[in-house]
Amino acid sequence: MTWLLAGPIVLPLAAAALTRILPRGSALQRTFSLGSALGLLGLSVTLLASVWRNGILAAQIGDWPAPFGITLVADHLGAAMVAVTAVVGVATVLFSFADLGTKGLAEGFHPSLHALLAGVCGAFLAGDIFNLYVWFEVMLISSFALLALGGTRAQLDGAVRYAALNLLATTMLLTGIGLLYGLTGTLNMADLHLRVQEVENQGLLTVVAVVFIVAFGIKSAVFPLFFWLPASYHTPKVSVSAVFSGLLTKVGVYSLMRVFTLIFTQDVGYTHQILLWTAGLTMVTGVLGAAAQNELRRILSFHIISQIGYMVLGVALFTPLGLIGGIFYILHHIIVKTNLFFVAGAARRIGGSANLKTLGGLYKEDPLLAGLFLIPALSLAGFPPLSGFWAKFLLIEASVETQNYVIAAVALAVGLLTAYSMTKIWVQGFWKARPPETRRPRPLTPGRRRYMLGPIAGLAAVTLAIGLYMQPLYSLAERAATELMDPSGYVRAVLGADRAMASPAVALGPAGGNR
Amino acid sequence: MEPIIAVVVGFLIGCSTYLMLQRNLVRFVLGLALISHAVNLLLFASGGLILGRPALIGAGSATTPAGSANPVPQALILTAIVISFSVMTFALVLAFRAYQRLRTVDTDAMRVAEPPLPPPPARARTKVALP
Repeated sequence: MTWLLAGPIVLPLAAAALTRILPRGSALQRTFSLGSALGLLGLSVTLLASVWRNGILAAQIGDWPAPFGITLVADHLGAAMVAVTAVVGVATVLFSFADLGTKGLAEGFHPSLHALLAGVCGAFLAGDIFNLYVWFEVMLISSFALLALGGTRAQLDGAVRYAALNLLATTMLLTGIGLLYGLTGTLNMADLHLRVQEVENQGLLTVVAVVFIVAFGIKSAVFPLFFWLPASYHTPKVSVSAVFSGLLTKVGVYSLMRVFTLIFTQDVGYTHQILLWTAGLTMVTGVLGAAAQNELRRILSFHIISQIGYMVLGVALFTPLGLIGGIFYILHHIIVKTNLFFVAGAARRIGGSANLKTLGGLYKEDPLLAGLFLIPALSLAGFPPLSGFWAKFLLIEASVETQNYVIAAVALAVGLLTAYSMTKIWVQGFWKARPPETRRPRPLTPGRRRYMLGPIAGLAAVTLAIGLYMQPLYSLAERAATELMDPSGYVRAVLGADRAMASPAVALGPAGGNR
Repeated sequence: MEPIIAVVVGFLIGCSTYLMLQRNLVRFVLGLALISHAVNLLLFASGGLILGRPALIGAGSATTPAGSANPVPQALILTAIVISFSVMTFALVLAFRAYQRLRTVDTDAMRVAEPPLPPPPARARTKVALP
């Protein structure tokens, strides 16, 4: 059981070390990288299945009892996030074969990618808040390496912005953790859930909550803290920005979800109201920013921001349906957004440019790619029957249910503007004739085409499958949201039945009583 | 003891904020170094500062004596120092590489990754004298 929980962290870490040692640029290195990514997928699916059958799993590393030692916890949310991470990992390794080739940059790419995956999985499975911080740092360091890979001028410029703001965010996170520890004397998140209710100065706790909002807010790129994202995501190699776009900001959103359901629920009227405003403004600014851009990956970067707004909306509403919508949104979005970056990479490879003004005629050049672009693009905009439709539908229904009509209207309008951006990419990049002065498009070589369109088609199939048959993912999101709304199960799994029963928290909220 | 630490933390954060608001990238990195020290001090104070009562478990006892100092923040700081050390090394190298490639440390002048600025608005047409 411990191994099942530690596996998704240990395996990528081992892979990071081994791919570094293995002969650089050899087939062995690449095979190993792919093998490890597939292994992570297998492990994470096993973990998810086990959580689905047995409920929340917790492991105490080194058998130190719960509030003192390092705890790894997998609830439905954590396990599902790890599984999606693994899917993105496999797709990215495959795509990188075509994008980065075999020599040069690819040699450094694989070790850093696996270190990044280890950090992401660690953050999803961490059971105490200091470990969450440590995994954030692991993720950050490997993302620095990936971002600067190649070292072009634009990359260094982007990396400076990215590093500056993200380092500030982790420092703020550490500040928040220090203040929280000073108030409660514990770091274990399940224990924190119990202890925060005993804190005398509840006002101070709200201040700490706001520190956490800012720290995770920078990480997840919400309004007005998102400036590092569109300044850097379009600069690195496509494989890198695809994995970034899928995973990094989502770890921030996940942390918001975790912390603002498990720990800071004492002043929902204040903290979650801030989150609600943030969510609305994030959606609007992101989508308007995207409308003004002409570079493919910059458009998509701004759309990440606008979509983050929807996910934060799920936390902000703080109702079961809202959280179901938020969780559904994250899971769907990771797949779709990674895929769109892949498509942008393939389009740039064919058309020789990522600027919509100089692109054109891609449909004529590669109809299959064009068709595959439509699936994630329409899903992002929320067209039925694709996955994005259900995600938006759930969130808007949750907003209406809680009489937040304004935010529901905003969410609908932002969906429409997303459709505008996607049509812009379609019309300008794929449909219109190639501007005569630009260079002739170069079709992908067969080998490259296989490794580029393979992952794109795979992820598009997942999007389509979620859309057409959404029940399993909905049930998963429902279970995850139920656990988040009623943390007593989480507390029991981590601390054992005795401590959980002894607390007044559980007595106040019987299982399922708030639904 | 805690009030002194609190004032020192506040002072350090003030200085680092000043440094980080500068346009010079080197100053920003120094500000980052300073703020991580400030946060380490804050962590140190978070456990409460207790003089002369180390958290040592006496012979025949299973727990630390009541009212002893909290050792956890120090472990946290140790981790945080190691992390901030490595991150700072990276930040310095990044700043140096950026200086080498972009030939500037003025963050306002660094806009290679940004789209080109729009041309300045056309000057208002000169008034044509009415006949």
